[in-house]
Amino acid sequence: MSITNEKLTAQPKGDVPMARPPTKRSPVINWLPLAPFFLFAAMFLFLPSISIFIGSFKSVDGGFTFDNIIALFTVKDFINAYRTSLMISAITALGGAVFGFLLAYAVVLGGLPKGLRTFMTTFSGVASNFAGVPLAFAFIATMGNNGLVTRWLESAFGFDIHAGGFTIYSVTGLSIVYMYFQFPLMVLIMAPALDGLRREWSEACANLGGTSWHYWRYIAFPILIPSLLGTTILLFGNAFGAYATAYAFSGSFINLVPILIGAQMQGDVLFNPGLGNALALGMVFIMSISMIGYVSLQRRAARWLQ
Amino acid sequence: MKNKNIWAWIILIIGLVYFFLPLLATFNFSLKMIKDHYTFEAYRVAFTDAQFYRSFGFSFLWALLTILFSLLLVVPTAYWVHWRTHKARPWVEFITLMPFVVPAVVLVFGMSSLYGGGLNLFGIPILVLTGTPIPLVAGYVILSLPYMYRAVDTGLRAIDVRTLTEAALSLGAGWRVILLKIIFPNLRTAILSGMFLTFAIVMGEFTFASLLYWPAFGPYMEEIGAMRAYTPQALAVVSFLLTWASIGLMQWLGQGAEQEQLAGAH
Repeated sequence: MSITNEKLTAQPKGDVPMARPPTKRSPVINWLPLAPFFLFAAMFLFLPSISIFIGSFKSVDGGFTFDNIIALFTVKDFINAYRTSLMISAITALGGAVFGFLLAYAVVLGGLPKGLRTFMTTFSGVASNFAGVPLAFAFIATMGNNGLVTRWLESAFGFDIHAGGFTIYSVTGLSIVYMYFQFPLMVLIMAPALDGLRREWSEACANLGGTSWHYWRYIAFPILIPSLLGTTILLFGNAFGAYATAYAFSGSFINLVPILIGAQMQGDVLFNPGLGNALALGMVFIMSISMIGYVSLQRRAARWLQ
Repeated sequence: MKNKNIWAWIILIIGLVYFFLPLLATFNFSLKMIKDHYTFEAYRVAFTDAQFYRSFGFSFLWALLTILFSLLLVVPTAYWVHWRTHKARPWVEFITLMPFVVPAVVLVFGMSSLYGGGLNLFGIPILVLTGTPIPLVAGYVILSLPYMYRAVDTGLRAIDVRTLTEAALSLGAGWRVILLKIIFPNLRTAILSGMFLTFAIVMGEFTFASLLYWPAFGPYMEEIGAMRAYTPQALAVVSFLLTWASIGLMQWLGQGAEQEQLAGAH
């Protein structure tokens, strides 16, 4: 027993127990086969990002300037675009996280028939990928002027959703649409995390006289909190970068950052490529912060969910 | 215990309504092209449009090209990271996460200014790729990178890369034989699930195709949406069935294996 243990711990990390000492090769041979991958990433990921960075500091006549960056914080349209984008992403991330968690909890620990769980995760996989143009059409058919729900509310209750000046082509409407791909993503990620809660923990808690409230407050919730927060951040980024759904749903009605960038590409509506670059740089900046948060929280979560 | 069960059912039902109501509404809407009758007229109109087949064909082509290049890029890289250069793992994983940091609309913006003459030396463009589908397919490969890499990586974890490679090497196999005859077949399930997800992402993709002006199913649907009523919903149903088929097949293939999968292109 102790011999096998020693053997196991003495081994370097790899795919299989090593019977032979690792062969030494020159770094060139080690890294050369990875060159195509890194070259591809450089050409189509890093260079375009650098181009955006440089472009953000370029004035119309090609000189260096901070004006584009300053414009992000002073031009009213830009401030509004960022505010709307941030708001919609935050609302749908929080809403999606709460409801997605409850749904994941219901199918994993809620004592529902086993088959429902498989069905729910498969469907969540489909729904979280069902986005863009067809999703916009689906919601127009649901709650647009001639939509099923709109008509039904009118005929059954005489309730006109547009009476109070409400339109679905608004931040609220778009949030409802985004929720369709937000909460399934939460279900997909939280279901395995909830599986990671061992039954021994709740039994230990019960043996010590703890109630179900104690279990959730002092055991389960603290363990889940990194995955919960991490996934919420992921949902935030998911909504923040969405272009196709917003464009197909409301055209350029709603002033979002991706919509502005798209409009700039299609017809230089800002009359200054530098401004488009600065808008894009701002998005990358916000996404980077949220990704750093996600990765560090994910690391903490991984400790408990082996 | 009984109480808990009731709450679980209530939440499940709300979830199912949220899932299915828009789908039902879309299907219902798509059948109502002729007043007071339920017909498949909208589908007939959709399927008789030559542009439908053209754009669908183009998307299919983009999907195949993306899958091909993505496999050529990801499988050897992930294999090499597993077998020899473990040190590269954090770098490779960092790159595969980058598409979450750089949204599609930002990436396409950067690419089109860079490869539309922006990459120059003293005013002379070095590399102009606009007009070729290279930025489009490259963009799709980048978008699918997190999913493809994750799928292949999971597959590689499940097989004994070191023993397989050393056995092959000692029997005199070259790298081409190792990759094509040993690694690829052993990763069949993982590769197929990566392929189906990539397929689902590319078939409905809108941002890249629309902003780079290439014909594809996504921009076509958007165009029809601006022009007609009823037909767009018929197309949405078609698109949904396509997504359902791809993801369903993927999950069916990945049964038992740890499948962690994130969202596609929005």
